[in-house]
Amino acid sequence: MRKMVLTMAGALLTILTTAGGLRAAPEVEVLHWWTSGGEAAALNILKKDLEGKGVTWKDMPVAGGGGTQAMTVLRARVSSGNPPVAVQMLGFDILDWAEQGAVGDLNELAAAGGWDMVIPAALQKFSRYDAKWIAAPVNVHSTNWIWGNKAVFDKVGISQPATWDELIASLDKIRAAGIIPLAHGGQPWQDATLFDSVVLTTGGGDFYKKALIELDAGALGSDTMKSVFDRMAKLRSYVDPNFPGRDWNLASAMVIKGEAGMQIMGDWAKGEFVAAGKKPGTDVVCFRFPGTQGNVTFNTDQFVMFKVGADRRPAQLELAKAIMSPAFQASFSMIKGSVPARNDVPDTGFDDCGKKAMKDLKEAAASDRLMGSLAHRHAAAASVMNAIYDVVTNHFNGGIKSSDDAVKRLVAAVRAAR
Amino acid sequence: MGAPAMPRGRTPTDRAIGWLQVQLPKLVLSPSLVIVLLFVYGFILWTIVLSFSRSRILPVYTFAGFDAYERLWSLPNWSVALQNLAIFGVLYIGLCTLIGLALAILLDQRIRIEGVLRPIYLYPMALSFVVTGTAWKWFLNPGLGFEKVVRAWGWSDFTFDWLVNPDMAIYTIVIAAIWQSSGFVMAMFLAGLRGIDNELIRAAQIDGASPFKLYWRIIIPQLRPAFLSAVIILAHMAVKSYDLVIALTGGGPGNATELPATFMYSYTFTRNQMAVGAASAVIMLMTIAAIIVPYLYAELRGDDRGR
Repeated sequence: MRKMVLTMAGALLTILTTAGGLRAAPEVEVLHWWTSGGEAAALNILKKDLEGKGVTWKDMPVAGGGGTQAMTVLRARVSSGNPPVAVQMLGFDILDWAEQGAVGDLNELAAAGGWDMVIPAALQKFSRYDAKWIAAPVNVHSTNWIWGNKAVFDKVGISQPATWDELIASLDKIRAAGIIPLAHGGQPWQDATLFDSVVLTTGGGDFYKKALIELDAGALGSDTMKSVFDRMAKLRSYVDPNFPGRDWNLASAMVIKGEAGMQIMGDWAKGEFVAAGKKPGTDVVCFRFPGTQGNVTFNTDQFVMFKVGADRRPAQLELAKAIMSPAFQASFSMIKGSVPARNDVPDTGFDDCGKKAMKDLKEAAASDRLMGSLAHRHAAAASVMNAIYDVVTNHFNGGIKSSDDAVKRLVAAVRAAR
Repeated sequence: MGAPAMPRGRTPTDRAIGWLQVQLPKLVLSPSLVIVLLFVYGFILWTIVLSFSRSRILPVYTFAGFDAYERLWSLPNWSVALQNLAIFGVLYIGLCTLIGLALAILLDQRIRIEGVLRPIYLYPMALSFVVTGTAWKWFLNPGLGFEKVVRAWGWSDFTFDWLVNPDMAIYTIVIAAIWQSSGFVMAMFLAGLRGIDNELIRAAQIDGASPFKLYWRIIIPQLRPAFLSAVIILAHMAVKSYDLVIALTGGGPGNATELPATFMYSYTFTRNQMAVGAASAVIMLMTIAAIIVPYLYAELRGDDRGR
């Protein structure tokens, strides 16, 4: 019965998804969730590039930031034995799929292209599985950024804060001027984005690694973690009351319009500022979350190559090669607001914030301070990440009243989710 | 259902046609029967199987006993979801029934423009819960909707921040859901009221029953079947409500408005804990079954009595 159910469901899905797709020309079907203006434009470069090589791009966009819907579609496709050629994916999702044995092998291409040398080791952790290259990394976003409205900063007379105390003093000054100090959207991943940076500035890089990457119970239950939650509560007091459920780009818009002073967000926010005609570095100041300079918490977009038949293999390799070309990575990142995954791409053409991001990334990679972001699926598996989300977001919204409670809940939640 | 006796002296063709006539309903019904068996009961079985497995990202079939259920009941999110379901379910079913009944009784007073009023109350039902949720999200947002308007009118201390208040957010879902469904309940009661024998009402009026007594003693007791149907329909809508929560609060603030259905979706599809998600789905199925099965049983027994 079960087998029949599976086969039937699989057959149905195959019919639905491949209807009219049987053509002889080499074709790559790519599943992604880059549907917003800037993202789609960035992807278009890749599409044109491939068409020049005679490979047809078969778009398979599944909207929904973070890719939740896309992953649901992927599950159905893989269960039915008909995976797409390549899938845009983040962090631990890649390793989870590799564990299911569903992904292909890019070793030959990687050896020929010298990928080992040009991709930072911290990124390779997500593009390789069992000594096999399984994914082509496109770009790196870092999440420990603050974006400030320069006009507001000048008006209240503050410059970029360099320490936690300076940050608090700046936020107080912005509030005194009658402006919302911190633009924030109350969605679990945004709360966790703040949490990433606060852990990093409170405990330092080693503590971040121990607590959020190694998930060490001692570090998770430590007094340092208690002060992390105290600081989260402090940040909460600078957010306007209408923040629950607000999308991140609406929070960016508050900074753009000068309704709010600053936003703590990854560098994809830059796209919003640029689209609004603000010049990064001039109209919008970008600086690392105070106390985290030298460290970078990152997430990386990668295209995972799935196991496909020999007929689709050449086009797949062509796609991987195109993704890894330095020229493509540079032009892609300029549009998307990220940094190329390859470390040998020159920074000409990037804006001030982009140049700083590339420099910071190189430094952090060299000193082993390039660490996966918890909020963006690069520190822990989805089950653990969501368990931490629950505690962080509950505490941030006042559901958990004290830091002691929050720490206890954190330790228990992580243990239960592993 | 036995085959009718064949009269003697028929040709084989006649017999074939006769056979076909008897079998045709079964033949026509069988594809839909197979589809229902497969896609409803087959997948229910599959979900039950998954809930006893170690499935995480994809279905696997290693038996894990009640492991997923143990995990499920130890999760704080699940208890939040159940508490919310209790609050939501009781208020939603209770208030929808009350408001629906009140509207129906008022509309039943032979008022002049009933034909205009009735569809007005009924129209929210024509909207999808996503539309309802989005509209109420804007209306209840303190910086955008109701609170802002009242403050702009001059009551500058007016506060109505339930949507962003973790302790009160679940009640905004109740409000939106009642707005959507009470018109439908009204229609059911109205149909029930119209079906009551006028002789009975007149007799009570002649005996000098006050309008209140008339409704309380004579009319409402006769609406029992309508009550039963309304509660059953509302109860299963409460247990499966998902879209309204997603559109209105997204489960937030924090996870203050998590319901079993949103829990099931997030654990199965975004948290890579498919077995736990399947276990929660089985619990939800059992909850609905606990409501529906007695109802079906009562209905079928009623048929036996030839009602």
